[in-house]
Amino acid sequence: MGKVLELENVHKAYKLGFILKKKPVLKGVSFHVNEGEIFGYLGPNGAGKTTTIKCILNLIFPDSGRITIFGEDSLRPRARQKVGFLPENPYFYDYLTGREFLAFYADLLGIHGQLREEKIKYFLKLVGMERAADLQLRKYSRGMLQRIGLAQALLNDPALVILDEPMGGLDPIGRKEFRDIIVNLKKEGKTVFLSSHILQDIEMICDRVAIILAGEIINQGYLGDLISEKVLFTEVIIGGVPAAEFSHLGESVSTSGDRVLLKVFEEEKIDRVINLVQQNKGKIISLLPRTETLEDIFVNMVKNQ
Amino acid sequence: MKITTIALNTFKEAKRDRVLYLLFFFVAVCLLFSRFLALLTVGDRVKIIKDVGLASISLFGMLMAILMGTGLVYKEIDKKTIFTLLSKPIHRAEFLLGKFLGLVLTIFIMTVLMTAVFMLILFLHTFAVDWKILLAILYIFFELCLMTAVALLFSTFTTPILASLYSLAFYLIGHLSWSLEMLIKKVKSGAGRVALRVLYTVLPDLENFNFKTEVVHNLPIPGKLLGVSFIYGVVYTAFLLLLAMLVFRRRDFV
Ligand SMILES: Nc1ncnc2c1ncn2[C@@H]1O[C@H](COP(=O)(O)OP(=O)(O)O)[C@@H](O)[C@H]1O
Ligand SMILES: [Mg+2]
Repeated sequence: MGKVLELENVHKAYKLGFILKKKPVLKGVSFHVNEGEIFGYLGPNGAGKTTTIKCILNLIFPDSGRITIFGEDSLRPRARQKVGFLPENPYFYDYLTGREFLAFYADLLGIHGQLREEKIKYFLKLVGMERAADLQLRKYSRGMLQRIGLAQALLNDPALVILDEPMGGLDPIGRKEFRDIIVNLKKEGKTVFLSSHILQDIEMICDRVAIILAGEIINQGYLGDLISEKVLFTEVIIGGVPAAEFSHLGESVSTSGDRVLLKVFEEEKIDRVINLVQQNKGKIISLLPRTETLEDIFVNMVKNQ
Repeated sequence: MKITTIALNTFKEAKRDRVLYLLFFFVAVCLLFSRFLALLTVGDRVKIIKDVGLASISLFGMLMAILMGTGLVYKEIDKKTIFTLLSKPIHRAEFLLGKFLGLVLTIFIMTVLMTAVFMLILFLHTFAVDWKILLAILYIFFELCLMTAVALLFSTFTTPILASLYSLAFYLIGHLSWSLEMLIKKVKSGAGRVALRVLYTVLPDLENFNFKTEVVHNLPIPGKLLGVSFIYGVVYTAFLLLLAMLVFRRRDFV
């Protein structure tokens, strides 16, 4: 598997006003993205995700370090030949209609004539924007802009798709549709790099992740390696039995009405909980083993910093 | 090809710029004023119309070039539309050149429209067409191209308001620097004269493009002067664009 994107020790500081004081934002970021994977770039707001992406795309220049795209130095426009990009808050020419907007970028990418029309039609359908195609972008909602923006990013049949917070501004159905599209991109053999501060988005579809915190990569690797399969605790919701009965078996988190939410940490105690419920003629409403999630890892790391 | 796409999109955007309609309106008023003035003056009314007409085309063209030139690149950066654009495999130089050509196309069409109005008014007074007028306007257009490049250069590193002020200063200096040449002739040779020479060479001389007097008063225009002025315009404009590209090349878009 080849490396599609590689960052080596990238540093970037922003100038603050006229004073020559600089604010370091990226403090030696290194990671690589393998061909054909969905790579998640995870970090809280302000961690430096967008800054990293801007460095990759040459919108800003790193103070030091090296970035290669398909083995080509990112400083050369040619490196972006097979790259598609959807910015964080899509900013587009708002006087164009959706169709004109796609036509403009197609022209820019050297796609003309019949092929252009076909592509526009195809991608409008893919992102579900056929009906709004002849509306000016100024009349689009944020989610609609996100969709047309994704279409724009895919026009040149990119081998690497870079998406900055692609699910932002989408409703739940939109998020699902976007996830499906992204997974499909992978099936087509494309590599996807997506940033997010929302764990679920990344957890569900990414193969590998890098976690950035305050400008430093604090962890990276395969999701399976980062998350252990071990059961952390089991959440049991019980009806009809007072919480006090279980005090020796687990931690009762909350009670509402005659329901008790119980956290049981040892697996062998679960049977005893069930027995106790039966003895008291109560009932088990639900029983849910909780494995470690990316969120747990993430929260732990943020705490440890 | 990419440059054409950007240029045409710039033209599309410029067409929507309210600056254009406003200034076009002012030109119309201005030209009507010259007509009004001509009614009062018994003497050479046609000369006054030509004078005022050419001056307004030059002035309003300059305002358009500066206001649009300083606004368009800044807007792309400010509204962040430049992110998506530059993430495509295009050179920043191509982007700037596309912007420049789109603006020049806009200015050209505006100049043609102003000229049409102007020639019509003139025709109604003389019932004859003075083709030499077009020569003067052509050189006004060359000057406008140069001013567009100036505005573009300033807009690559500062806000529209400051860029407009700088461009205006450039314009004023450009139209006053010829007086340095007069001064040079009066100063005795020596260090002072050399310094003045250097200064004059560095400063722009926009009077090179001014053939208004010759045309209005029907004086002969030497072909060599036309040639030199044209080359001066091309070289100076290219130099300004090159400078703009150098500034733009390493700029961070945050
Ligand atoms: N233009 C700028 N000037 C100064 N600081 C900036 C600028 N843009 C971003 N920053 C700072 O850089 C940090 C990282 O920002 P960003 O990369 O946008 O974070 P993320 O995308 O992960 O939310 C933040 O602390 C932010 O305040
Ligand atoms: Mg961001």
